[in-house]
Amino acid sequence: MKMKLKIMMPCSEAAHICDKSQYNESSVWEKIKLHAHILYCLTCSNYVKANNKLSLLIKKSQITCLDKKNKESLKINFQKALKDAGIK
Amino acid sequence: MPKHVLNPNKWIDLYIDYLFNYTISRVNNRDIAQDLVQETFLAGLKSMKNFKGEATERTWLISILKRKIIDYYRKINSNKGKAEVRITSNNDTETEGDWLQNRVADPFDKTAEDTLQNEELGNAIFNCLSKLPKKQAKIFRMKTIEGIETEDICNELEITPSNLWVIIHRARTAMALCLKENWF
Repeated sequence: MKMKLKIMMPCSEAAHICDKSQYNESSVWEKIKLHAHILYCLTCSNYVKANNKLSLLIKKSQITCLDKKNKESLKINFQKALKDAGIK
Repeated sequence: MPKHVLNPNKWIDLYIDYLFNYTISRVNNRDIAQDLVQETFLAGLKSMKNFKGEATERTWLISILKRKIIDYYRKINSNKGKAEVRITSNNDTETEGDWLQNRVADPFDKTAEDTLQNEELGNAIFNCLSKLPKKQAKIFRMKTIEGIETEDICNELEITPSNLWVIIHRARTAMALCLKENWF
């Protein structure tokens, strides 16, 4: 059986795959399609570059957040203090 | 210049990530950083009447946090014995008995410029994040910085995955543009 492989795709799909691949959630086939797409699409090529750079910068800056549990407990404590101080 | 006003109800939502990052780059311990941030909010609440409205809320909170961090280091360094243990806690048996000076320069350690640049970069990222619409910023933070799985975010916020990716796409485009203007 002859399998028809669709390698062409619209830019919206390319952008979606690019976003997914920033979080390692895209498949190998999707990545191949994306690379094929940016060969002929300058707009997407620029988007991929900017997106990769953004991921790199975020990784480099080593920013971190409090996890949800700790944040909640901190919030509860602060809310209590707010009440004690008489601020609504 | 417009006078700034304090709104403590929004402090946690608006500034906790910024303050936490500021602290963690200085104390290097999550628990201690969390305690210091909490103390900062409480101290801010207590000294609200001293706020003159000249600086923004965030600047004012950071100035309190700075004092808290200094106090923390004063406290742990007041005990001389503790400080000595911290310096000699190198377990490398090969270099045991060497002069302390030999250990000072660590080629793999980050240079001061690197640390400084990363901190500025972190600030730039948080500034850009604060310019995004609230929902976009929240989802972007959960996905990118906290690294929560797509499915978990969807369940928590009750949105579909395709909806999430659209929001992520918008946030990433805005963030890239903002950082391009402010950082590159």
